[in-house]
Amino acid sequence: MRRLSALLAGLLFGTGLLLAGMSNSAKVLGFLDLAGAWDPSLALVMAAAIGTALLPFSWARRQQRSLLDAPMQLPQKRELDRRLIGGSFLFGIGWDIAGVCPGPALTLLLGGYWQSLIFVLAMLGGMWLFGVLEQQRTPWPLNRGSR
Amino acid sequence: MYIDWVHFTPGPALAGGVLIGLAASLFVVLNGRIAGISGLLGSLLQGNADGRDEKALFLLGLLAAPLLWGLFGTLPEAEFQTGWPGLVIAGLLVGLGTRYGSGCTSGHGVCGISRLSPRSMAATLTFMASGFATVFVLRHLWGG
Repeated sequence: MRRLSALLAGLLFGTGLLLAGMSNSAKVLGFLDLAGAWDPSLALVMAAAIGTALLPFSWARRQQRSLLDAPMQLPQKRELDRRLIGGSFLFGIGWDIAGVCPGPALTLLLGGYWQSLIFVLAMLGGMWLFGVLEQQRTPWPLNRGSR
Repeated sequence: MYIDWVHFTPGPALAGGVLIGLAASLFVVLNGRIAGISGLLGSLLQGNADGRDEKALFLLGLLAAPLLWGLFGTLPEAEFQTGWPGLVIAGLLVGLGTRYGSGCTSGHGVCGISRLSPRSMAATLTFMASGFATVFVLRHLWGG
């Protein structure tokens, strides 16, 4: 049952990304181009997504188990540290060089775009590099429960 | 700055946003998990045994979305504006950045803000700001 719900949630998520135009990098860059012709569409995507998820998440925060009896696994970290800010900073630069973030990149993979394949391979490379750098600092498994 | 009314698509943006929010809600309410794409991918890459099937199936659903869409209509356009060198640099930065920042647009932006997490709000403000700055530099200072 949990496998089915995971598959359905993923399918719905991908369909939402396609419908919203998140998979169109020109549109993403149009939103991020504050100084030029600004396309506010993505602000609406975020607002609608957050508006929809607000109540279910506030319910989930108060539960120990999910409806399908899985442990509620919400991130517990609270501190605002250099890793969070530095990482997000780098992510923002990468996002806006190409106009692609991880969800849309995966969604486009089977849509027949070679650009998406290159991006995903490089992204996996970046994640792998993170693993290597982390291993040199502290033993595995660090940063568990991250999103 | 002026609003680009030609490309503004409030209808699909709102509908797509509702679907994204619904999907994230289903995943947390039914599976107790955060629908953060970079986090799911990263933890699979790291070989975390915990919930591997569910995480993989969520991502599989994401991959299958355009195939399902294709059964009913033509896929929406995706215009890439970057050649392969740009895509490689962007991908590397996104992979590295989302792991250090433990999240991306979906994990921090959608799920984190919906949880009212201060960490996620700070992360979202940061990547939005560095995004605005990057586009400004690339389009208006560098590219002209």
